[in-house]
Amino acid sequence: MKPFAYHQPDQLPDAAKLLSSIEDSKLVAGGMTLIPTLKQRLASPVALVDLSRLENLRGITDDGATITIGAMTPHAVVAASKLLQTKIPGLAALASMIGDPAVRSRGTIGGSVANNDPAADYPAGVLGLGATIVTSMREIAADKFFLGLFETALEPGEIITAIRFPVPLRAGYAKLKAPASRYALVGVFVAKFTDGVRVAVTGAGAGVFRVAPMEAALSGNFGPSAIAAIKIDTDGLTSDIHAEADYRAHLVTVMAKRAVDAALS
Amino acid sequence: MQISFTLNGRSTTVDVEPATLVVELLREQLNLTGTHIGCDTSQCGACVVHLNGLPVKSCTLLAPALDGANLLTIEGLQGAPGSNRLHPMQEAFREHHGLQCGFCTPGMLMTAVALAAENPNLTEADVRHGLEGNICRCTGYQNIVVSVLAGAAAMNAAKGE
Repeated sequence: MKPFAYHQPDQLPDAAKLLSSIEDSKLVAGGMTLIPTLKQRLASPVALVDLSRLENLRGITDDGATITIGAMTPHAVVAASKLLQTKIPGLAALASMIGDPAVRSRGTIGGSVANNDPAADYPAGVLGLGATIVTSMREIAADKFFLGLFETALEPGEIITAIRFPVPLRAGYAKLKAPASRYALVGVFVAKFTDGVRVAVTGAGAGVFRVAPMEAALSGNFGPSAIAAIKIDTDGLTSDIHAEADYRAHLVTVMAKRAVDAALS
Repeated sequence: MQISFTLNGRSTTVDVEPATLVVELLREQLNLTGTHIGCDTSQCGACVVHLNGLPVKSCTLLAPALDGANLLTIEGLQGAPGSNRLHPMQEAFREHHGLQCGFCTPGMLMTAVALAAENPNLTEADVRHGLEGNICRCTGYQNIVVSVLAGAAAMNAAKGE
């Protein structure tokens, strides 16, 4: 790692000010992606602004029709939340599948969503549930937030403070893990609402995306057989040492069926 | 920068560069070499320690995060207070041959103790899921899983006494 200054503000405005006033500064939440990146010298910020002392950014609150998760809430807390296990069990299950226990102790929902790794799990849950990303400046709909490979709608100096999830009728997540990293080779989140179904895929392409034909089919008949024959196009899908694009396309259908099964169980 | 934290029950204050990993601080500055560096990429789990009671990988934790926290390393695991007994989880690894070369063992033990503390009714499936972030290249995991289940049972029994 190259040397850097370290700031631990305890108020959000102070954090935002540090971030926007120090050129080449970066936020650190749980650090599960940032620290390996610093160690490989793929990034060398002059200063880190640590969000861990912003107590208002932690915790899960029940607002009735929605549930709000603070940006600094670790995956382990989401996975173990009785509230989420009752109201959005698919999201608690997703959190329990991220990385391993040590990663889940530190990694946060806000960090994962802001980083928008193409194989991260949370972007599928956030887009699949049509959540709202709450920041230090505004609110952004998930459909307008994820812009592609590691790219989001966040402006410089903008800090995610919470994610607000509408409570679905049913939701489920299934993924095939890359065995070493435990990232999603392909992960699919399915959510059924009174006005329709949303299907979001991670791991398969440069960023999380929705699958309109599956959404239409599941809105008519919410069962795995409804989408068994739907194949997605390999255009834009990733081919790498872990899997070819046609295998990833195949996995999207398989994981979507399993996610529907999970939502129904 | 100066950071103060509780290390294995003792107040500790050290001066560190912010760009210091906790595992470097432990091994190189505090001479606690029981915490191992295996992969140094947060995959293998040889460096697991407990931060405020939760398992974390000390190769992927910056020293400033320790300020005000409670850190437990493998050196701080102990049996009955005041005795020189091993921790029940360590006893179980010895009894059930849960190690061969021993390199991964400190991290295995720290993860296992955290798993057992969090869930008093561990099943084999829970143990295998919970050890996903701890890699062993010798044992094939069979005896590690047996050891963790036995150690968890012994921890429960000790709690009931």
